[in-house]
Amino acid sequence: MQITWRDLVTIVHGMLFGGLFLMAGFGVLVLLHRWQSSGGGPEVTEAGRRREHIFLVVMVVLGWGAVLSGAYFVYPWYRAIPPAGVTNLGAYPQRLLLSDPRTAGWHTLGMEWKEHVAWMAPILMTMVAWVLMKYEDAGEEHRRLRSTAVVFALVALLAAGVAAGFGALIDKQAPVTGGPEINLMRGKR
Amino acid sequence: MKTGGGPIANGAAGAAILAASLGCFALGVLAVAGDGSKALAKLLTFYRPTGPLSGVSTVAIVVWLAAWIAGNRAWRGKTVALGKVSVVAFVFLGLALLLTFPPVGDLLLGK
Repeated sequence: MQITWRDLVTIVHGMLFGGLFLMAGFGVLVLLHRWQSSGGGPEVTEAGRRREHIFLVVMVVLGWGAVLSGAYFVYPWYRAIPPAGVTNLGAYPQRLLLSDPRTAGWHTLGMEWKEHVAWMAPILMTMVAWVLMKYEDAGEEHRRLRSTAVVFALVALLAAGVAAGFGALIDKQAPVTGGPEINLMRGKR
Repeated sequence: MKTGGGPIANGAAGAAILAASLGCFALGVLAVAGDGSKALAKLLTFYRPTGPLSGVSTVAIVVWLAAWIAGNRAWRGKTVALGKVSVVAFVFLGLALLLTFPPVGDLLLGK
């Protein structure tokens, strides 16, 4: 049982960072809902509050990990230009997609949308996490702040969802793969 | 805008919200501009393997953080009209979503 280095990095980018960020994003919506319905005030113990802060910081780190690993590791492999004379485009996903009108849209719409909109997710969620931590004790007078934070969190989830969805679909059409092989397990004959 | 007022002034939150939407808007504008101008795309190529995306995202982050720092300095400890700030932020956010959607960028660039 083997996996290539690029497969492994793609999994870390999409499933570890991206997938967990999406899940954590829904957790933030739950926190925001509680914040909104409680009208502020200390409902959580100090230990619980500390754990919530750790959760928010981890979520933000996952979001930034997803976009940075995507832009600086996976994307260069995706958009690599084949040397002259190469006819097998398997190692050049962008060129492979563009070589066929039936698959070109996965790049021209999917990747071009994903590569930009994805960055909105960590920017917005960083702000939401900061507001949640700084204003968790805010009372009823900050109702509008809560509503605004919910809208921004929803937009962040939408952006992350578009990026994750297209990422998974594009990788099925033209996988980013190659590099050194890593043996995970030796199977029995 | 007034100083103090409630138990926790909302100025810092207003600055954070507005800055995040400005950062996203900058991302959208640069994505379209970089797509429409080869010279700008070259200028935005901070890291060659990643291409213009490296500059688009880096500049957007710089805009976001600079706006956050400046806004926080100006509004920290003050109470702002958060309704108005939110409306402006939603407009920037909506434009950012539109500009990052490729068919809209192509339409603007006449492609």
